[in-house]
Formats: sequence, C-alpha cells, structure tokens
Amino acid sequence: MYKQVLQSISGIEIYPEIALIIFFAFFLGVIVWSFTRSKKYISTMENIPLDDSSSEKSSNLNAGGVK
Amino acid sequence: MEMEKFSYDNRIVRNFAIATMVWGVVGMLVGLLIAFQIYLPVLNFGLPYTTFSRLRPLHTNAVIFAFVGNAMFMGIYYSLQRITKARMFSDLLSKIHFWGWQSIILSAALTLPLGITTSKEYAELEWPIDILIALVWVVFAINMFGTIAKRREKHMYVAIWFYVATVVTVAVLHIVNSIEIPVNLFKSYSMYAGVQDALVQWWYGHNAVAFFLTTPFLGLMYYYLPKAAGRPVYSYKLSIIHFWSLIFIYIWAGPHHLLYTALPDWAQSLGTVFSIMLIAPSWGGMINGLLTLRGAWDKVREDPILKFMVVAVTAYGMATFEGPMLSLKNVNAIAHYTDWIVAHVHVGALGWNGFLTFGILYWLIPRIYKTNLYSKKLANIHFWIGTLGIVFYAVPMYWSGITQSLMWKQFTPEGILQYPNFLETVTNLIPLYAIRSVGGTMYFVGVIIGVYNLVKTIKAGSLLAEEPAEAPARMLNTAEPGETKHRWLERKPLQFALAATVLVLIGGLIEIIPTFLVKSNVPTISSVKPYTPLELQGRDLYIREGCNNCHSQMIRPFRSETERYGEYSKAGEYVYDHPFLWGSKRTGPDLHREGMKYPNIWHYLHMQDPQQISPGSLMPAYAWLLEDELDMSTTEDKINALRSIGVPYPAGYEKIANEELMKQALEIAADLQKNGAPVTPEKEIVALIAYLQRLGTDIKGNKTADMKEVK
Repeated sequence: MYKQVLQSISGIEIYPEIALIIFFAFFLGVIVWSFTRSKKYISTMENIPLDDSSSEKSSNLNAGGVK
Repeated sequence: MEMEKFSYDNRIVRNFAIATMVWGVVGMLVGLLIAFQIYLPVLNFGLPYTTFSRLRPLHTNAVIFAFVGNAMFMGIYYSLQRITKARMFSDLLSKIHFWGWQSIILSAALTLPLGITTSKEYAELEWPIDILIALVWVVFAINMFGTIAKRREKHMYVAIWFYVATVVTVAVLHIVNSIEIPVNLFKSYSMYAGVQDALVQWWYGHNAVAFFLTTPFLGLMYYYLPKAAGRPVYSYKLSIIHFWSLIFIYIWAGPHHLLYTALPDWAQSLGTVFSIMLIAPSWGGMINGLLTLRGAWDKVREDPILKFMVVAVTAYGMATFEGPMLSLKNVNAIAHYTDWIVAHVHVGALGWNGFLTFGILYWLIPRIYKTNLYSKKLANIHFWIGTLGIVFYAVPMYWSGITQSLMWKQFTPEGILQYPNFLETVTNLIPLYAIRSVGGTMYFVGVIIGVYNLVKTIKAGSLLAEEPAEAPARMLNTAEPGETKHRWLERKPLQFALAATVLVLIGGLIEIIPTFLVKSNVPTISSVKPYTPLELQGRDLYIREGCNNCHSQMIRPFRSETERYGEYSKAGEYVYDHPFLWGSKRTGPDLHREGMKYPNIWHYLHMQDPQQISPGSLMPAYAWLLEDELDMSTTEDKINALRSIGVPYPAGYEKIANEELMKQALEIAADLQKNGAPVTPEKEIVALIAYLQRLGTDIKGNKTADMKEVK
C-alpha cells in the first residue's frame, strides 16, 4: 500500500537516491576519519570513563562491585 | 595545574534508580497479567479497567517510558557527571525532570485504564500529557547541555554523543507524531489521516525504538561495560563508526524498504549492499562490547554484573540482526501481525534493556551507598532465572507466530482455505501462550529477587549523596596547533549538538517529505464518505476500548487474505480515518471488511459474551457497552474538530449531528429489539455496532446518505 501510494508521487525516486548517496559518502567519510586518528588521541579518549576524579578512594568497591 | 573541588550529585541517581525498580515491577506485573489474560479470558474480570485491550498499552508504556526511561536517566545522570568531570548543571532542573517524569507516568497509569487514549502505539497518551512530556524533555535537554557546557574534561567521550543524539531525536519524533487537534481535555484527533497517519506513526515507532531503547543504552554500555570490566572499550575507533553510522542510518531505516521498488536498478543494488552494511554498525557495537572483555572472561564467570551485560549485548546483537531480516518483504509477509514480532521485541526489552539495566543497578547501587552488594548468590540466581525466562518467553512466541501465519496461508489441494475459521488458528496457540506466561513469570521472579537484593544492599549502606571529586579546571577554549575540525566541534557542545541535529534532520527530512506529499497523492474514491455522527462515536468507543490492540484493519493483497476477509484494503478508503486504526497484531481477525458481514444482533451478543457466540474465543466480554449510555455531549465538538482538519462535514452540520445520530440509533435499536435484545438507542453498543457495520463497506457501492448543509 505504501509503495503504490508513494510511487504515484512524481519525482519520488530522487529522495531515496539522494539519501543513498549522502549516507554512503558519509559512512565512508567516518571510516576514513576514524582510521586516521593518532594513537595518543585514541588512548586519551578510551580512558575517560576509567578516571572519574572521585576523591572517594573506595577500595572495597573493586571492579564489578561484588566480592 | 590548579585542582577544582566539587561534588557529584548521587541523590538524583538514587531517585531514578528507585523509580526504575518500582516501575519495572509494576510494568512487568501488568505484562504478566495480560500474558495470562490472553489465554484465560476470565482474568479480564469483566471490568473495563482490567481488560486486556486497555492494559496492553499500559504495559508497553510502563515498560518503555517508566522502566527503561527511568533506567536511562539513572544511567545518564551518574555517567554524564563523571565523564564530564562536572556536577549536573542545575539541581533544580534535575528535580523538575525527576518529578515531572514521574507525574507523566502516573497520569499514564490513570488515563490508559480509563480508556483515554489516542490509539497510536507507544504514543497513546492524550494531548495534555504529550505537552507535559515535551516540557520535561526540554528540561532534561537544558540540564544535559548545561552540564556538557561547564565540563572540566576537554574531550567528549563517545557515550555523550549517544546521549545527545537521544535527547535531540526523541524531541523531534515526539513532537511531529503528536500533532493533534483537541476536542476536549481527554480527547483529540490526529492531524494526519489514514495512510499518512500510518507513515508518520511508524516513522515515530521505528525511531522511538532506535532512540529511546537503543542509543541511550548504547551510551550506557560504552560507560558501564568498561567500568565493570575495569578496562577500556575494545576499539574506540569502532565506537565512532558505530555512533555515526547508527544515528545516520537508523533515522531513515524505518520505511526505507517501502521506497525501494521505486528506485532505479543501480540504486537498488547499492541499496542492497548498503542494507547489509547496516548490520555492521549494530554488530560493530555488539562486538565492541563483547571484545572489551577480551582476556577477562574469567571475570565473567565470577561476576554476575558482567554476566548480565554479556547477555544484554548478545540480545542486542540478535535483535538487530533479526530486525533487518524482518524488513525483507518475504519474511515480513510471514511475520507481520503475528507473535513473531512479540518475540522480537521481548528479546530486545527483556534481554537488552532489562539485563543491561540490572547489570548497571548491581554495579551502581553499592557504589553510591558505599557498601557491597548484599548477596552475589541472589544476583546469580536472578541472572539464571531471568535468562531462562527469556528463552521460555521467546521460543514459544517464535513458534506461535510461524505456526499461526502458516495456518492463515494454508490452502487445500482444491484451492480453498484449510483453516477458514480464524478461531481455529488461535485456539491452536493456547499451549504456547501458556508456556510464554511461565517464561514471563520466571523473568518476573528474577526481577523480584533482584529488587530484594538491591533493597537489602541499600539498607546496609548509607547514601553518599554528595560524592567529593576534584579535577583540573578546564583550559580556555583555545585552538591547539594542528587540531582537527572534529576536535574543534567536540570542544563545543552546542556546535556538536547542532551538527548532530542537522544530520538527523537530513535523514528525517528525506524520509518525511514524501510522507507529507502522500496526502495529495492518495487516490480518492468517490463513494468513500465521512463517518456519520453515530459511527464516529462508535469509532471513538473502538479506540477507547483498544480494539486495535488485537484487530487489524488492513487486508494485505495476498490471496490468503482476500479469500478470508474480502477485497484487499485501498489507500483511498482511509482518507477520513483520524487516527488510522490498522493495528499491528492479529490476536483476532482483521476487521476491515467486517461491515454487513453479520447481523446487528450477532455483534450485540458477541460483545455481551464472545464465548457464547464463538465457543473457545479468547476475546474478553465488553458487557458494559450494553449498559452504559453514549455521551452525546461531545458530538458537536467532534464534528467541528474533524472539519477543521479537513473532513468535509457540511457547514452547520454539527447543529443537527445529534439529531442524525439519534435517527440512525433508533433504526439499529429497533432491529436489535426485533431480534430479542432489550436495548435502547442511547446505549454505547448501538454506536459501536453502527461503526462495525460501516467498516469497509463504502467501496461496495453501499449507499450512505449524503450530508446536507444546514443553514
């Protein structure tokens, strides 16, 4: 039903075509971007959650939270 | 470097955690009740407020917006403060967000059993609550962006990106889908009609799953999984690709398969390749999560938190593989309207959202209460009984979905339907429904054990409401030599949010523009006329009782369906349907060609006691419709409201609408009385019968009297 209704709209094909091209180009762009990052940058980023700057040195709360 | 001292707000995290547990229990309890009701109609208790069709939306809303929603806020408020090294922007906004959200849930819990509903799935709440949702969401957004703006950590960790995408997109989805014209405080009509309403609704429905149930939880996964495992995420690069391709693709993936056949060949081929690539971001995310545990699998054996997270991430992988498969036309032809879809969403809800939530709760509660988890053993029991519960839930539902679909489509060698009686395809499923309810019970028992364990933990500790922290003050926003565009963007949350919004909107617009062109492109059928006042009131009763939760009004162009129900549905038949009522599940048969199929008295007796007319039927009784009188005071406003959004009621018609209504009611009541029903024309049942008898009859050349202008 959607298909029949949508097909009757003139110029409809252009939308998915534009979408495909934009998305495909963007996807490639992201891949290129992420693979050209420096090691230092990546290592800074991935360690952010592990350092939460809490002053509570809660030694009993070992990773996993259970003993 | 100067260190700044500040504190993290744990109280708001605690509040959302408690709300998560409370609403989780409530939402799942309602789910459990309807899982039993579906095969034991006596459990509907003969009351409007406890009937399946009103409770089913309560269950879905409670689980999605109350349980998962509160869990999302809990997880975000804890992690956002720590990855930005800043307290939440405003304690007051946090409080307004919390209490505002709880009041939305409470009003949903009251209005849905009362039958106050728009009928649009996962958007059932009426317009005053819709406005409240929008306001509370804006509060949440300000609080989040404010926190990001005053952060001490220069970089924005990937989890924040997921949170930002969630906030922005849910706002867009909610507002576009909720545009409706109020009749009174408790009733509104969707601005869109028929096909267009369906397109907007499922653009919303699809993306709500993506941006309410998926992206925020992926953000949580990228924070809590590394925390629980004590090591960084497997590949940060992969997480970047995961994020951008996911938000970019998800927003348009909903109806994209609807458009494909209008594409030229080259684009179709590229589209197919691209569709397969879509699995990549989802699975990239899953693999990223699982590989974070590389070399730490011995910990998984020991630690229930990691077990919960591993099953959650695995369930995410399964559901996101199944999703694209279900959007293939030939698979969809089998799965649509059946329990297969129910199985699919519960793998996501019970596995992905449910287990990740409990993994986070077990990790977080001991931390903010400065104690250890009360019992690791109970957490392990919760894990195992919950996992088995998911299996006992999902497997019978897959089985049931496929069985029923094949029975619907089965022809004898002579070319007639092998199971012409719909009921036969339902009663066959009862054992599977029974097993499902056992699976649901197991999962629920697990949740109760989990909540008990967490409450015991809370009692043993004391809340560290203000957790002291210190971090270097953030350096001024000056560009460093050689920095890239993205890092510039990353340091500026507003620019980043803007960029993300633009990207989401590009996807959204390309998808939604054809939808808005649809209206003028639905071929009109001259014999299709607006509903009479009585039928309109009957239709609103159909919505109030939630009939659309079990009955579709959309006959697909398959021989198995036209044989069973009649002529397949045409787009032009729905042009006056505000809202559309196509439904998404056939627990009962399709009703689009129900009109004039049975005499009025059949419907009367069937509503009074379905089992008396169809022995073995699973439908609840709606006996109150025979007793209660129709509220005619709303007729005039309803006609006015509908006319204002394009339904061609003649000028002045609202003045005589109730007169016309009574005229038609008298005819139907007279026919019912003749057949022995003690009924008066004012009863609700008369209006409902009028609507049911009208369904799908317009194209049969059935003469509907023309409505005349009143001077």
